[in-house]
Amino acid sequence: MEILKIESTEDSPQIVLDRESNILEISGRSLPEDVNTFYEPMMSWIEEYAKDPLDVTVFNFKLTYFNTASSKIILDILTQFEEMIEEGHEVMVRWHYPEEDEDMMEAGEEYSEMVDVPFEMVSYS
Amino acid sequence: MESGFLEFVYDFYKSMKAHEIKLVYEGRVTQQITKAFIALTEAQMKENAEASTVQRKVFHVMVECLQNISRHADEYESGESQYAGKGIFMVSRTEQYWCVTTGNAIFIEKVKELKDMIEQINELNEDELKDLYVRQMREGRLSTKGGAGLGFIDIRRKTKKKLEYNFLPITDKVSFFLLTTYIPRTS
Repeated sequence: MEILKIESTEDSPQIVLDRESNILEISGRSLPEDVNTFYEPMMSWIEEYAKDPLDVTVFNFKLTYFNTASSKIILDILTQFEEMIEEGHEVMVRWHYPEEDEDMMEAGEEYSEMVDVPFEMVSYS
Repeated sequence: MESGFLEFVYDFYKSMKAHEIKLVYEGRVTQQITKAFIALTEAQMKENAEASTVQRKVFHVMVECLQNISRHADEYESGESQYAGKGIFMVSRTEQYWCVTTGNAIFIEKVKELKDMIEQINELNEDELKDLYVRQMREGRLSTKGGAGLGFIDIRRKTKKKLEYNFLPITDKVSFFLLTTYIPRTS
């Protein structure tokens, strides 16, 4: 599968989706002008990946900020993982948050309640 | 130049100082403007050693407010001017609060729906707000403009304060929608 790598900008996150190296990560800030257009390549990649995923899929969210429009996209991604689990695949999410950022921690906890996907909360300084 | 213009500028400057207005803008709100304003305000808050939790909340509120104007401000014509995606945006400060204020035109027929939505959000407690946010996220489809109606709920949840707003008539077809958000400086 092709590697999808998108560099971060001041209003959009870095995305690295690399099946061979087992790196699935989104990090940084997400407030792009048009979330649907920005996230389209990522959504397509994940859809393709879901057809033939790794034995264990670990997806890392390392966002420092996301706007409400992006929050809906994050739920769409998590819903895709939920479907993969229903199909018998093993998927887990690592939700990284700055240790002093309560809102980002709570956001992760809320997502973990919304979908049937195992979450590991990871704080960093 | 009009006579008294420079005196006006000086009075304007004094008003800005008195109200600690850190940023004021009138015009079209684009993504470039949004990025510039958050960078500017972030720099000011860092300089003032504002608590990082406060900085993050101000950042959140600014982004949602600016994107509200750019996506939802209605177009109306006054003489030769067009007002789509335009409005006023202001960031000010008091001892206790950072204050983010927006104002933009909105068609009269949309006022009731918007007002009802804000009133509903204001009356909910934290758990109810969370439920509403989740429901909107699940059910609310992103419009072509990208808004999901989540901004107001998010602002209310992040600040834990009621949304303060007003509608003032511009013409018989258009109202001016004002929204002020207070972000407490002690967290």
